Amino acid sequence: MLRPALRNLLARKLRLLLSTFAIVIGVAFVAGSFVFTDTLDEAFDSIVDSSVGDVIVRPEIAGSGDATFQGLDQRTLPADLVDTLAAVPGAERADGNVTVTGVFVLDENGDLIGGQGPPGLAVNYSDAPNAAGAQVAQLAEGEWPDGAGEVTVDAGTAETSGYEIGDTVPLVSVGDTPELEAELVGTFEFGTALIGASVVVLDTDDMRGIFFDGDDVFTDIWVTSDESTSQAELASAVEAELPAGVEAITGDSAAQEQKDTIGEALAFINIFLLVFAVVSVVVGTFIIVNTFSILVAQRSRELALLRALGASRPQITRLVLLEALAVGFIGSTIGIGLGFLLALGLRALFATFGLDLSGTDLVFRPRTLLLSYVVGILVTLVAAYFPARRAGRIAPVEALRDGVALPETTVRRRLVVGAVLSALGAGLVTAGLLGTGGQGALLVGGGILAVLLGVALATPILGRPVLVGLRAAYRRAYGAVGNLSGENALRNPRRTGATASALMIGVALVATVAVLGQTAKASTDEILNEQLAADIVVSNSIGQPFSPGVAERAAETDGVDTAVPLRSAPATVEGRDEFYVAATEPEPFAEMVTLDAVAGDVADFTDGTVLVEEGRAEDEGLAPGDTITLTLPGGDQELEVAAVYEQEPIVGSPYLFTLSAFTAGGLRPQDTYVYITLAEGTDANEVQAALEAQVTDLPLVSVKDQTEFADEIRGQIDQFLRLIYALLGLAIVIAVLGIVNTLALSVIERTREVGLLRAIGMQRRQLRRMVRLESVAIAVLGAVLGVVMGVVFGVVLQRAIADQGLQVLSIPVVQLVVFVVLAALLGVLAAVLPARRASRLDVLRAIGTE
Amino acid sequence: MTAAVETSSAAARTSELTKVFGKGPTAVRALNRVSVQFAAGRYTAVMGPSGSGKSTLMHCMAALDTATEGEVFIGEQSLTGLSDKALTALRRDKIGFVFQQFNLVPTLTAHENIVLPLGIAGRNPDSDWYDTVVDAVGLRDRLSHKPTELSGGQQQRVASARALLSRPDIVFADEPTGNLDSTASAEVLGFLRRSVDEFGQTVVMVTHDPSAAAYTDRVVFLDDGRVVAELTEPTADRVLERMKALTPAAPGDAQAG
Repeated sequence: MLRPALRNLLARKLRLLLSTFAIVIGVAFVAGSFVFTDTLDEAFDSIVDSSVGDVIVRPEIAGSGDATFQGLDQRTLPADLVDTLAAVPGAERADGNVTVTGVFVLDENGDLIGGQGPPGLAVNYSDAPNAAGAQVAQLAEGEWPDGAGEVTVDAGTAETSGYEIGDTVPLVSVGDTPELEAELVGTFEFGTALIGASVVVLDTDDMRGIFFDGDDVFTDIWVTSDESTSQAELASAVEAELPAGVEAITGDSAAQEQKDTIGEALAFINIFLLVFAVVSVVVGTFIIVNTFSILVAQRSRELALLRALGASRPQITRLVLLEALAVGFIGSTIGIGLGFLLALGLRALFATFGLDLSGTDLVFRPRTLLLSYVVGILVTLVAAYFPARRAGRIAPVEALRDGVALPETTVRRRLVVGAVLSALGAGLVTAGLLGTGGQGALLVGGGILAVLLGVALATPILGRPVLVGLRAAYRRAYGAVGNLSGENALRNPRRTGATASALMIGVALVATVAVLGQTAKASTDEILNEQLAADIVVSNSIGQPFSPGVAERAAETDGVDTAVPLRSAPATVEGRDEFYVAATEPEPFAEMVTLDAVAGDVADFTDGTVLVEEGRAEDEGLAPGDTITLTLPGGDQELEVAAVYEQEPIVGSPYLFTLSAFTAGGLRPQDTYVYITLAEGTDANEVQAALEAQVTDLPLVSVKDQTEFADEIRGQIDQFLRLIYALLGLAIVIAVLGIVNTLALSVIERTREVGLLRAIGMQRRQLRRMVRLESVAIAVLGAVLGVVMGVVFGVVLQRAIADQGLQVLSIPVVQLVVFVVLAALLGVLAAVLPARRASRLDVLRAIGTE
Repeated sequence: MTAAVETSSAAARTSELTKVFGKGPTAVRALNRVSVQFAAGRYTAVMGPSGSGKSTLMHCMAALDTATEGEVFIGEQSLTGLSDKALTALRRDKIGFVFQQFNLVPTLTAHENIVLPLGIAGRNPDSDWYDTVVDAVGLRDRLSHKPTELSGGQQQRVASARALLSRPDIVFADEPTGNLDSTASAEVLGFLRRSVDEFGQTVVMVTHDPSAAAYTDRVVFLDDGRVVAELTEPTADRVLERMKALTPAAPGDAQAG
């Protein structure tokens, strides 16, 4: 049966092309996600590998070490330890490093180089070899810094900034003094691409002066082994010489530690992208089911003939599945190619966030290839299975009859299955909302998908009122041509329904996100109104921490009553790794931000205590008076729970600690926010201007009043929404291709009718309009159902997680209407090719078509 | 070549109409310098063996196909050089069609099918005329039915009503009874006859059925792309006789007809 299957495919090249499109984008998404994250992975790996020594000696790290890897650990080692370690048997040399994160170069306009996410590092000059025996950095031009006020920067940053040797380079730092200056004395090449990070090299004593009050310290020490000693041997020899609280680890395990940490972050990106890949694949599945259903319907007489000639049912089913296999294979192959382009697109997208991979080749692992083919072919086969089975049920006698009708499952059965699926989905969503973390999110996501599939099955019935309404509107606006369009949209309810459903899924998710986004904005406004008493907020627009000097200066400014910083860091609390916890000065903070206590008294929050957010208190079974363990790089601290507070997004953290707890944990003092209240009787504008003047040389730090601060948060929400819209956009593209596909196949199927209409005097223009209006009807149906479902999901999710900063439900009505209008425009676009094809049909040949 | 001698005004005529399919050695001359007139208010049959060019003649005259050489006139309007848009408008306003395969739009009711050409033109049917036509085809009680709910004969009567409703200059019927049993055929042919007699309609019908031709005023015989004979006041027997006299088309002859 292979040959007829292949011959069928070739005979229908256009249809083949159209049906493969559905799988192409889904596979492209899968392949693109993996190619992109693998590329990131490899780029980071090569940085990590070239920046570890044979043995690394550092202050012992408690907990997950995330804070240390983010450069928040400010603990140091005494400098004289270097000489001790150099004398260890098996050691060839030992070199001290001073590394500080959060130091950036400003260009001549005062703008930050890089800094939209990737780190800016300052390191002391060291010629110590890394574990591979190579210099970490090679001088490209000029010389290394020698003495205070000299700086050598990486060649990429030097080029971007445009500075020449001899120029004075302005820097910003998280150290006590936020603004620095140094003379550019040279540039260097790093062994590998820096992925957008910038590195400045300063003289060792200069580094100590700026960041460690001139103390004779290093942040870590590299011990280089002689030729006959392994990393592990050297590490244990070194270990014997170390004072308490200092550890030695091999370069290999240090590299592994960092790769693991980076790997977790990258896995998150990969999962984030794969979520959208799944959506694309599901939408694509609809298109494939629909395409194969139409193809089988159009060929039913031919298939019946094969049955009459003796082909068995399974043989017919296999014939159709073989075609699906070929379609899946071809679609996957094209998809993998397109995935490469998508990875390039993602590289460009992430470059706008500062993650510069331009110097890195895309990484294509065999796993990516295998997975893409498995996904592409499997999905196509599963999607084609139902039409294939239906094809097998065609009775041989149909070959002799006119107007072969395919056996169809009754609409009622679809309704029942759809209802069951929806109910199942609703159950999953409920279970997911009761659960927590990744598993809960997975259940909610799966449940939403199940509900959408259930609704999709019922679309032929649910969609009818919409289509009938559209037919009436068309008839009124476009007369006979409009009536024909309306009738055409209604004539194959399953086909129209499945095509619209594909669009519905994309639109439903977009609408859900729109509702939640609008809700988040409205809620933010309310929270800021009710809970933020601070007059002015100093923040970093991309969330990078800044120097504590900013808060100190603000506090001394005329007209400022109080300035209180909020700091954040990853930490381990009660043995659980927290991505983000916050710390502040208790008393002034309570005046800035209203925290409502659920249990205990917020006024009891002092050094040695902690505030716990309601939800986390429930999870961990914590009540005022209980003790929790906070683990930061510097070690464990026992803190008493002072109060449990109602979830509120200004802090946004499950725990609120005191600054002293962070300092005791070895964290560098660097702030993410400074909240400021003004003294009574001062001119707010004047004070704000004075505060702004203080941060003019710190491009990412901004001073905002409440309104501007709300705008900033709204802007961040919008930016996130745009990213999600862009990624869901691909699912919509697939759905639109599905409309093109259905229309094109319908036009082929209705060739004779088109010929008749032309013969009795329908102009080409009118014919194109007829196809266009049908297309718009499908698109509007999908969009309307999608918007309705999106609003339902949005409201349900809002109700369920109202206490997480979404207490004010707000439905963006205008935006949702815009979605429907945009969908109608997409419908117009989708109709262009099928309409042109229909209008170019030769009338005589068309009318003679069987 | 036998020149048609018609003195009354022609609803449609051809002048030296030639149609060639294909190119070079495989070219087929489906029509060879055909000059024929169809008088207004008359019912004419075009007959001939398979491949004689009778369908091609109809297609060219009905503005569905273009001539290779020569000219076609609908009324005084020459089709030569008209754009697709103008030809379409001409088909819509001046020509009516009845096809062998009924060719109704399956999604529309009988009523909607009948008024479709007017609807496409953006015009409303003259309701008296509409009533007259609907009553003439005897479909008053079937107007809200979809084509699948109608018999073949009923469908063809709907198609005939559709062809007449816009009061075209000429109605072309392509083997209108080819798919019908004898009773249904008689209904359709009778209706076309009455449209000529009672409404003064001009009808040209391509057929190979002598008994269908017997309903007409005049029969034009085509063979091998030429007009070879004609007959006025035909009866089935005389038509059959004339057809026997024509050279039968060789089996496997060109499919130009």
